[in-house]
Amino acid sequence: MGNRPPAADWATDFDHLDPRWTENPYPIWDELRRSCPIAHTERFMGAYFPSRYEDVRAIAYDTEHFSSRRVVVRETRQSFPPAPPITSDPPAHRPAKQVLLPAFTPEMISRHEPRTRDICRELLDRIGDRKRCDGAVDYAQEIPVRVIAHMLGVPETDADQFRKWIKEILEIGITDISVLLRAQDEMIAYFADKIAARRTNPRDDLIGYLINARAEDKPLSDEHVIGTLRLLMIAGIDTTWSAIGSCLWHLAQHAQDRRRLAAEPALMGAAVEEFLRAYAPVTMAREVVKETQIAGCTFKPGHMVLLSFPAANRDPAMFPDADRVIIDRAENRHAAFGLGIHRCIGSNLARMEIRVALSEWLGRFPEFRLDPDAPVTWSVGTVRGPRRLPLLLGA
Amino acid sequence: MASKILKVRVDRERCQGHARCFALAPELFELDQFGNGRERGDGTVSAALEAKARLAQSNCPELAVEVTEE
Repeated sequence: MGNRPPAADWATDFDHLDPRWTENPYPIWDELRRSCPIAHTERFMGAYFPSRYEDVRAIAYDTEHFSSRRVVVRETRQSFPPAPPITSDPPAHRPAKQVLLPAFTPEMISRHEPRTRDICRELLDRIGDRKRCDGAVDYAQEIPVRVIAHMLGVPETDADQFRKWIKEILEIGITDISVLLRAQDEMIAYFADKIAARRTNPRDDLIGYLINARAEDKPLSDEHVIGTLRLLMIAGIDTTWSAIGSCLWHLAQHAQDRRRLAAEPALMGAAVEEFLRAYAPVTMAREVVKETQIAGCTFKPGHMVLLSFPAANRDPAMFPDADRVIIDRAENRHAAFGLGIHRCIGSNLARMEIRVALSEWLGRFPEFRLDPDAPVTWSVGTVRGPRRLPLLLGA
Repeated sequence: MASKILKVRVDRERCQGHARCFALAPELFELDQFGNGRERGDGTVSAALEAKARLAQSNCPELAVEVTEE
């Protein structure tokens, strides 16, 4: 992210690209929640950071003052081609989302579970009887990208290319717009080519589904289909890879949770929800389009809002012992997949992938811990998860 | 003493399809073709399922699951 002046003060000069934020954001958010629940920065041409659950929730529900036309806080206010429905506001949002929803119900997602399980097993076989591996590089990062390729009907061997685009768009592209624009053009060309191929040779995959889909009784334009495909790829890969990586990072350090989960598979559902709460990977953004006040803070049009579901999920006013991971937490209204109309459309897919990835991993490696000789590194920006996760395998 | 009847209901306006109710209490909830939740039948909860009804309620991020006594 180049040479950035360090944040002088989190309440008035926050910078979510600051290395301290990347390393461990939770104490920063705790301090903000106590002192100044809605932080602001002049960086990024002006942005707010609400740290409490109730304010994040209020903004997520308020589509009148907060637009989704920009969903990433960047250094500039460049306009991009839309990626419906994530960049859509009412009234366009609803039909754009309705058209996708039937493909992402738990029942439809369960059809992809066998392939997901096979992918996990192939990766575990590749790690084999090694005594150390990288849980992020060798495992977590490979799973969602292959599953989404499988769903889209594109070669799983294109995975490296997909991850490169995502890094260019979500990490490097926050500060270097030329890298972002090139990645975006390459992605648009890639999908335009796949759409053309499906038109001459129809296939029963997600691209084919979108080509045949109708919203408000009209077929989707190619621009709409390409935008949605870009969304599915960008949103469906490093998010879930980050979540799986954070789960392994936690389990590597908490033997009790690890052993309990291996011994009581029925706990997996609750545990996955708790990991999603405590290590929610995704921070979204909104653009203020109409002045309003929330919690005594005036939101000025043109400024962005970093909508941190991860910070909301650590709010002790909403979650008792918010900083403790309690894998059988009974009451858990976490916001890892957002709140309101933009609820993550891939939530059922992500849950399935995380559950399968963890149960397959624990089946193969019930004992593992962090490698004390190699550092864990974290992604920078709007998606949080380990990018290097060196592990020692076996007791 | 007339015993109370417990009922669940999903507020269709609030529901955003997180599908937590269906995951936690499939005996009481189902999903429509868009993955949005709704109570099964008239939402009556047998005594054996009361805990599951409460669990579904306390895990809905949109506060869309209502549990009422009649």
